[in-house]
Amino acid sequence: MAEEPQHGVPIELRKVTKAFPGTGAPAVRELDLNIAAGEIVVLLGPSGCGKTTTMRMINRLIEPTSGDIVIGEENSRDIDPDRLRRRIGYVIQQAGLFPHMTVAANIAQVPILLGWDKKKIAERVDELLTLVGLEPATFRDTYPRRLSGGQQQRVGVARALAADPPVLLMDEPFGALDPITRERLQDELLGLQDDLAKTIVFVTHDVDEALKLGDHIAVMQRPGHIVQYATPAEILTNPADDYVEQFLGGGSSMRLLRLTKVGDIGLDQVPYATEDADAPGLLKEIERDGRGYALVLDGMRRPLRWVTQTDLEGRQGPVGELGDPVGGTISHRMTLQDAMEALLNADNDNVPVVGRRRAYAGALSLSTLQSAIQSIKARERERRTRRNLA
Amino acid sequence: MWRLGREITVMTQGMSLWEYIEDRWDLIVFEAVQHASMVAQCVLVAALIGVLIGVATYRHPKSATLATAGAGVLFTIPSLAMLGLLIPPFGLGVAPSVTALVLYALLPIIRNTVVGLRGVDPTLVDAAKGIGMGRTRSLTRIELPLAWPVILTGIRVATQLAMGIGAVAAYVSGPGLGEQIFSGLARLGGANAVNATLTGTLGIAILALIFDGFFVLLGRLTIPGGVRG
Repeated sequence: MAEEPQHGVPIELRKVTKAFPGTGAPAVRELDLNIAAGEIVVLLGPSGCGKTTTMRMINRLIEPTSGDIVIGEENSRDIDPDRLRRRIGYVIQQAGLFPHMTVAANIAQVPILLGWDKKKIAERVDELLTLVGLEPATFRDTYPRRLSGGQQQRVGVARALAADPPVLLMDEPFGALDPITRERLQDELLGLQDDLAKTIVFVTHDVDEALKLGDHIAVMQRPGHIVQYATPAEILTNPADDYVEQFLGGGSSMRLLRLTKVGDIGLDQVPYATEDADAPGLLKEIERDGRGYALVLDGMRRPLRWVTQTDLEGRQGPVGELGDPVGGTISHRMTLQDAMEALLNADNDNVPVVGRRRAYAGALSLSTLQSAIQSIKARERERRTRRNLA
Repeated sequence: MWRLGREITVMTQGMSLWEYIEDRWDLIVFEAVQHASMVAQCVLVAALIGVLIGVATYRHPKSATLATAGAGVLFTIPSLAMLGLLIPPFGLGVAPSVTALVLYALLPIIRNTVVGLRGVDPTLVDAAKGIGMGRTRSLTRIELPLAWPVILTGIRVATQLAMGIGAVAAYVSGPGLGEQIFSGLARLGGANAVNATLTGTLGIAILALIFDGFFVLLGRLTIPGGVRG
């Protein structure tokens, strides 16, 4: 299908309450939540905090006792539940694939319900299998039990995306997977979301998963209310209260390292030049900079070699092939934690940072990283003092 | 088998079992066909009623228990007593026989339908609902296909049961191979008494095996690949 994928629509929960008969306190109490179009919003909290109940009210698997849920322009009450659910992708833990149907038939269920013709469905199935990284020819006609947990959940995501719904609900979809597969599927979900820009409501009790995936996180507390609704960085640096701080657990600083991207911190700006640049000119720049070295880039601004002051002294003409190869580079999308790992393993103290198309963006050393970490810690200290004063 | 065979030749003066069968081949075939047809039709009716009752009750524990218990009570009535009790309302012949067979066949079918449908993983039912399937569609596309192996086993057990009880139907002049057994037993010691009884018994055993083979085949053809053992 050449059609543009349908992007997300906003979801608004207004004073939504759910009381199950005979259980005393309501499971969800007068909950307000505004979810912007195209965002991943994570409902995070311990079991019994009402996060799943909240999510299931969006597609009316649970009917709210009171309050309104507006999806796009429409109040969910005004839409027939079955029709509503066909427009909302639904992914559950362990995928919930129908074991008696092939992978293709599983994915085709919603398009069949919507009355698509066979040819269109078959094309869509292949397209989706490719999208989630499964070779259509290999997987189309297999049964779910032949797939690994990770592959099953990929099919689960494909099934949810089948009719290109603007909204996806994901109920602990990666909870039952091993850590490596879970990480990979999380990364792939983020990759998919870059293109699809669906509105995704994601339920989890895993703090790291929430911090990694959420554009915004709603931290929920029993019984059924939201304690803090903010971006991951804000929640880490400025938790609303002791409950949130306790739920996040220790290691907030390490988490910030994992959350902060190399591109977000101040990088070293070292002198640089292309191979055909004038050597004495570059030498002058190095002397002015004071660090004693520079980067040689290729025509696409990709880092090639480090040259030092001594390499260049007494040279005339272009820089040419002087200096030592840079070895590895650090991507601006790497987390600080991964960058630290890369720096510790690097041959040089300095490693070039590359941005889009591997073009030079700056350089990073352990000392630069250290000062970035220190400023994060300083912010945290400041926050704590402020809280103690309050 | 071997010893039984020798005793039979000793006991029946004149005709051997094979001569007996050869002599009355047409009648025996007629009775076997009647027997098979009666069992098949009764099980078919019982399967329809039983699966319907199962489908109607499995979601509510109380009604499901009631349905299974009800069928269980019917099941405990001895077959002779049941047939006897059915004579006043239905008279003799086909009507009481068919009624009794259907009632007996109900229990395994209802029970297995309820067990099978309840055994379907609730997350799958939730997934079906969550992607926008209505109740009927979820039942026909997801729950019944997944419960089908268990339901089919129930129907298979019901068939074996109906085979045996079908023989007793001769007591109320019902159709089938039971006639051979009853007439044999009635004149035990007389000429061909054991031959007749044995012919009826063996005939029913053979029919049972044929039907069972049919169910194996039916299972192969109707149980979806993804859930076949």
